[in-house]
Amino acid sequence: MIKKIIVIIITTFTLVSNLHASSDGDLILKKNEPSEIKDCSETFNKASFALNQGLDKVIFKPVASVYRLMPSPVKTGVSNSLNNLGNLVTIPNNLLQGEFALAVINSGRFIINTTVGVLGLFDAASYLGFEEYIKEDYGQSLAVHGVGPGCYLVLPVLGPSTARDTVASLANFFGGDAWYNVTVRNDTQYFRDVDYYSSKVTSGVDFRAKNFDSIENLEKNSIDFYASVKSLYLQDRQQRILNSQKIIETQDDSDWEEIETQ
Amino acid sequence: MMKIKFLAFLIIFFSITFNSFSIEPDIFVQSTVNRASKLLGEDISKEKKIEKLKVIAKETVDIRGIGFYTLGKKRKSLSDQDKKRYAELFEEYFLKSFSSRLAEYTNPEIDVRNKEKLNENYTIVNSILKATNERPEINIDWRIYTKNPDNPLIRDLIIEGLSLARTQKEEFASVLNSNNDDIEALFKVLKEFSQD
Repeated sequence: MIKKIIVIIITTFTLVSNLHASSDGDLILKKNEPSEIKDCSETFNKASFALNQGLDKVIFKPVASVYRLMPSPVKTGVSNSLNNLGNLVTIPNNLLQGEFALAVINSGRFIINTTVGVLGLFDAASYLGFEEYIKEDYGQSLAVHGVGPGCYLVLPVLGPSTARDTVASLANFFGGDAWYNVTVRNDTQYFRDVDYYSSKVTSGVDFRAKNFDSIENLEKNSIDFYASVKSLYLQDRQQRILNSQKIIETQDDSDWEEIETQ
Repeated sequence: MMKIKFLAFLIIFFSITFNSFSIEPDIFVQSTVNRASKLLGEDISKEKKIEKLKVIAKETVDIRGIGFYTLGKKRKSLSDQDKKRYAELFEEYFLKSFSSRLAEYTNPEIDVRNKEKLNENYTIVNSILKATNERPEINIDWRIYTKNPDNPLIRDLIIEGLSLARTQKEEFASVLNSNNDDIEALFKVLKEFSQD
């Protein structure tokens, strides 16, 4: 079984990657340009998207609509705890991306928030002046090292992704996520499998609740909701990979310039 | 000597007059936001709000420019007649989509923070939509078209780094792709959306 997985991983990487010893921002920007990412399995993706919309209607939306009514301190505490657990994937990825100073800062953040911040419920590190927490994952690390995104994918239940990000997320299950290791992978006697899975479900509900109105609004006002979600997801990934919210760094202005001549 | 003095006077006069008419993009955004916010806080029906929002959009948004950006490469192959038809249909679609999106908010508080001039034609204005009990603080950047400094216009809203114009462009491309690049199919979808 493990052999099969390794073969799949190697094959997928050969297909999607275009490794370069060194890659600059422009190259990464170009490779992750949303309009250039192909929707190779559109039929499957659209079926998967429809399934996810159904699940959202029946499960996530109703749960999120109740969750968002909870008092703000409760929701903030939940978000903080999830971010704190997310640090366990962010720190190794800071290292993989060569961001050693950030790895130290995020390790400090994790230690402070887990202890002083009562298991991450309070973001004590931010009060102490730590810089803003930015999530990183294995897909972003591969992208930073020049691996292209491959095709766009919509995974059942999990939602939008790309071939690169899907393969990279497997690293979480092979030792890359300390939270998974202490809950599911190893029998530590302190945590159970359910702790991991419930944190993942809560994360989904938290995301849905935070974006409740935006998603409703987008669905209502889109002429092609599938294409809208795809575009927004890929723009978001591009921005996360470049660690930039500066619009001039993530947008290609040539089309705007071109309409001047219309 | 008299001539030089008069010429100098004219130059100074015109430069002062000219500058006094140009509107700074950040001030333009803040005043537009204040207008919309005041309207959204009014105790009137949603339909009335939508009608008034449409008026604000017509005055402050470059709907035609956004329309042609949104159409992507397809705009190059359209006949003048189709371009005209598209511009009309897009305006109806845009006004409906824009106003019904905004009408959902009641009294949104937006603070303009910063601006960054990209070139003579564009300035990005950074602002934040203040947090409420139901959602966190949101960063909103405005792409302002400043070719005519006396009449700046909004060309894009970038919410948390995600461009609405770009999303709309990819939506339109998807509609065209699934209909063999037939512009009539896009016209039909836009018409249906506006009449819905």
